[in-house]
Amino acid sequence: MDYPAGYKYTKEHEWIDLNGKEGKIGITDYAQNSLGDIVFVDLPKVGSPVEKGKVFGSVESVKAVSDLYSPVSGTVTAVNEELTSTPEKINTDAHNAWIMKVEVGNVADAGDLLSKDAYETYIKEETH
Amino acid sequence: MSTTAAPPALRKTALNATHRRLGAKMVDFGGWDMPVEYSGLIAEHMAVRTGVGVFDVSHMGDIQLRGPSSLAAVQHISMNDASKLKEGQAHYSALLYPNGTFVDDVIVHRLSENDYLLVINAGTREKDVNWVRKNLAGRPGVHVSDYSDYYTQLAIQGPKTVDVLRKLTDRDLDGIKNYWFTWGTVCGLHNTLIARTGYTGEDGFEIYVPSDQPTSERVWNEVLEAGKEFGILPCGLGARNTLRLEAAMALYGHEISDEINVFEAGLDRYAKLEKGDFVGRDALEAVRAAGGPKRKLVGLEITERGIARDGYAVLSPDGKKIGIVASGSPSPFLKKNIALAHLPMEFTAPGTEIAVEIRNQPVKAVVVPTPFYKRPKKQA
Repeated sequence: MDYPAGYKYTKEHEWIDLNGKEGKIGITDYAQNSLGDIVFVDLPKVGSPVEKGKVFGSVESVKAVSDLYSPVSGTVTAVNEELTSTPEKINTDAHNAWIMKVEVGNVADAGDLLSKDAYETYIKEETH
Repeated sequence: MSTTAAPPALRKTALNATHRRLGAKMVDFGGWDMPVEYSGLIAEHMAVRTGVGVFDVSHMGDIQLRGPSSLAAVQHISMNDASKLKEGQAHYSALLYPNGTFVDDVIVHRLSENDYLLVINAGTREKDVNWVRKNLAGRPGVHVSDYSDYYTQLAIQGPKTVDVLRKLTDRDLDGIKNYWFTWGTVCGLHNTLIARTGYTGEDGFEIYVPSDQPTSERVWNEVLEAGKEFGILPCGLGARNTLRLEAAMALYGHEISDEINVFEAGLDRYAKLEKGDFVGRDALEAVRAAGGPKRKLVGLEITERGIARDGYAVLSPDGKKIGIVASGSPSPFLKKNIALAHLPMEFTAPGTEIAVEIRNQPVKAVVVPTPFYKRPKKQA
């Protein structure tokens, strides 16, 4: 699976596509594969604050609930309403099925996130 | 993810390496390293509902009771009336504690007048065997054998099951009615037990073959090969759970347990109090004499957005906790979120509005009749 080079990644398997102060956030292909068929997404409210490392929502497969952790702090500017009716888009296209857009408070927050290479190494080690 | 070896402490069926080779996601189920899904839970679930799927259920246990007193022995420990069984017939029953709660649920097969096979749950294997031995200790004329490790048990389930199995046996399958069984040659193996039983709410057969790895793998592969033209999928415990939930079938530790009695579980129609004494009978008689149980298992449909899961609190309309979800999940076939819960009698009428607490919020639900899903009647 191709992990976009322009994204940054977390150890909890979220990705962030950061352009200036606007961040688009989703979960990785590795995450959707581990979860199985996704049937429900609990989206945050537009306008609500998110905090780096804290839960901002959840994604549910048939068998389990999985919390989502924000890679940055900021304010939610948009949520992907499509995922309410077609959550399976995350399974078929995880790296384009964004979950929320955030106006980032401090861009330096993203400094400790993993690059594509670092994330790929990380998940390789996870499966051993 | 599943190319690594199984953790050493978990038990494995003979097909463990086969499941891993197929890329199954594995899970610890009651101390067993089992496949939870292969190609995907929803695809596997739908294969069983519309075509055919195959499950490795070898982790389940098998107790055989033999001897001239074996019927009396079965009658003593099992709540259903085994004297009503004909040779080649099976029925659903349970082993009870003296207080009328469940040791386990069980399928009792009458192999002959003096020979009974009890198929029991994986998680309760040792407990059940010990309990049966203890309750039959000192009884002459009956011999108890634990054959759990002798069999690889495959469940082939779905409307196309007969199409698949008839390619592997020359036994007349149409002559075997639901919950009846026979023996025949399957995949070249003589005297294979072929039972029209299952845990999915669909038509299906369970076959019991020798548990050595080469035979088990060969039979598994032949079933998949025979089923290819019908779209057969190997199915894991994930789909097994969503299928049985749609059919409102009990899972030990959820709908039935040692804290839930037969009436509370809604299974009193399988307890034949009039047949004579059995372990737990007096306690059930007392419940009946008291006018019935104080709570009962009901089906719930979640009517607002949200998935009710095992252990979530069930709330009355004014927000009081009235029970917990015994089993809850999305229903892949019905495309609704469903659940089973034991609720106080005043909340058990279909149409009763209640709520389930999901992430600290009450989410509306309604009591519905069960089963949630019933398979279509066969066209002539």
